[in-house]
Amino acid sequence: MPDIAENVLEVRNLKTYFYTHDGFELPAVDGVTFSVKRGKILAVVGESGCGKSVTAYSVLRLIQKPGQIVDGEILLHTSDGQTIDIVSLSERSDELFHVRGGLVSMIFQEPMTALSPVHSIGNQITEAILLHQDVTKAQARQITVDILTKVGIPGASERTGQYPHEFSGGMRQRVVIAMALVCKPQLLIADEPTTALDVTLQAQVLKLIKDLQADLGTSVLFITHDLAVVAQMADEVAVMYLGRIVEQSDVRTVMKNPRHPYTIGLLKSLPGVSTEAERLPSIEGTVPSLTEIPPGCPFHPRCPYAVSGTCDVGGPPELQRVAESHSIACVRAEEINGK
Amino acid sequence: MIAAEPLLSVRNLRKFFPVFGKGFFQRRVGYVKAVDDISFDLMPGETLGLVGESGCGKTTTGRTILRALDPTDGEVFFRSNGETVDLAEIPNRQLKPLRPKMQMIFQDPFSSLNPRMTIGRIVGEPLVIHGMAKGSELTDRVAEMLVKVGLKPEHAIRYPHAFSGGQRQRAGIARSLIMHPSLIVADEAVSALDVSVQAQIINLLEDLQSEFQLTYIFIAHDLSVVKHICDRVAVMYAGKIVELAKTETLFADPKHPYTQALLSAVPDPDPDVKMNFALTGEVADPANLPPGCSFNPRCQYAQSRCTQSIPPLREIEPGRWVSCHLLDEPESPPSREDDASGPKPDND
Repeated sequence: MPDIAENVLEVRNLKTYFYTHDGFELPAVDGVTFSVKRGKILAVVGESGCGKSVTAYSVLRLIQKPGQIVDGEILLHTSDGQTIDIVSLSERSDELFHVRGGLVSMIFQEPMTALSPVHSIGNQITEAILLHQDVTKAQARQITVDILTKVGIPGASERTGQYPHEFSGGMRQRVVIAMALVCKPQLLIADEPTTALDVTLQAQVLKLIKDLQADLGTSVLFITHDLAVVAQMADEVAVMYLGRIVEQSDVRTVMKNPRHPYTIGLLKSLPGVSTEAERLPSIEGTVPSLTEIPPGCPFHPRCPYAVSGTCDVGGPPELQRVAESHSIACVRAEEINGK
Repeated sequence: MIAAEPLLSVRNLRKFFPVFGKGFFQRRVGYVKAVDDISFDLMPGETLGLVGESGCGKTTTGRTILRALDPTDGEVFFRSNGETVDLAEIPNRQLKPLRPKMQMIFQDPFSSLNPRMTIGRIVGEPLVIHGMAKGSELTDRVAEMLVKVGLKPEHAIRYPHAFSGGQRQRAGIARSLIMHPSLIVADEAVSALDVSVQAQIINLLEDLQSEFQLTYIFIAHDLSVVKHICDRVAVMYAGKIVELAKTETLFADPKHPYTQALLSAVPDPDPDVKMNFALTGEVADPANLPPGCSFNPRCQYAQSRCTQSIPPLREIEPGRWVSCHLLDEPESPPSREDDASGPKPDND
């Protein structure tokens, strides 16, 4: 059991299922356990449909019907020594409102949909401040200008009266970041914050998040599908496949010495890594639908190391520790070695 | 097997979109110079990458070459069956027989396939439109093409919603290739796909290229994909090509300050290689370009002449084209007084 003060967020055995109207139960997140260390960045990485965004939304209790958190604990340890179990909070409680946007805030992928088109930028940020902080309107406006300046928006005091459509894509994402950080949250959740941006803007926004994170000491849960972004941003990494974490360690171990066949395959299929090779080594097949998760290890039909009779029977393998702070979910963990 | 004759020669291609003012008369108040004076040659069997940020005109370039958009000015010479035609000029009805030779692969495999048609009809439609096959021959050719792109013949009766993103992209590729084209414009063909599927599609595109001797114009913003698949790369900024070179040369030693900045923005999958990115500001507005070199407001090396004249795209060594005033210096001809006149530094 890790030291309470060390982790901001502990997620234990989280299960978020979706129920379709024709009676299927889709285990979008199926028994996920991880923790975010104070002042560190944990990246959750995986392909579409692996459950990384559902995990992030679960932490803020933003899962809507037909989805539901069916099991698990989400413990938030605040810096003043409190522990809040987010799963047990009631939907309309003041505590949950305090958590959302106050203690934990979120940056979304598409800045245009995260901002209201009919309210000025200044009003949107001021609203967040007035909801969570005990300040006057005039003070809130000053805080707004300060945070906009801090995220690199030139002429911040003039631009507070402008609307989202008057900002470019990169500037909008800066506004979203400003809004997320203005209440000095303990935990920032960034859900694919740069996926909609050009590579040059991505570089600017990543640097901004990293600088602000170091400056404010915020902890970050960073959701992405891009392994190169993970390498640049994360301190620790959790790789997800079909609703489960399959490998978890610090960024250097995962990127340089991966042990799970899925992580190994993902890294090899990055163009530009195995530059000289004529053909890109790719993972065969596609991610199966959540309605037909293969028995045994969910990855076995695509896995080059799969052994029939071992990998395709029973339940999915548990995450097990193979080295100091390095866990993988694979029955052949001991035999498979990096590269 | 590169032949001496280029398959495609683009000369001074321009595509301007008019901007109209408000008010009753809607006077034209300016132009968006989406593509401004682009020239390059494309050899048969080659893959040319077009890269740049959103709004740099790479997609418009691709579409204007295929005459999906009518060019404002310039020439597009395309070789087909031993003859050379100017695609920019020929009338629409003469264009139809050429269409089978030039095809497009789109970015989004969800919106580029009609949800109410089966995969078989989607893939076979070009043959029907051009009256090149019908009945059992049509079915056979569709089945053969589906197998070539890694689908199964029985997939022909299914609808797009029953397929994953990667499979849909395969169907889109099958539709482009069924006419046996010589030129393919692939517009962000792998950008919407997951990493593991992206690698499969890249391999497929390369396999089909060698099987059918295809020539690709590969439009992408992901530089690591471009580095893998392209023979040559053209970097675009604000409607112009700023650098054009062989892929290895460009990535090893980028000459244009914009290319340098663009390459430095690509995150490295090695956590020990830290990103070193310094470019500030955003892409120039193509309706309101700065005077001189469009990149000068963001360029850390900008000098006074960069705001005065537009640098031409020059061949600085064989096969390597750059448009930057900084590279003019070594052999600067009689030239402008501000750098020839000696001790006195640039005025500003």
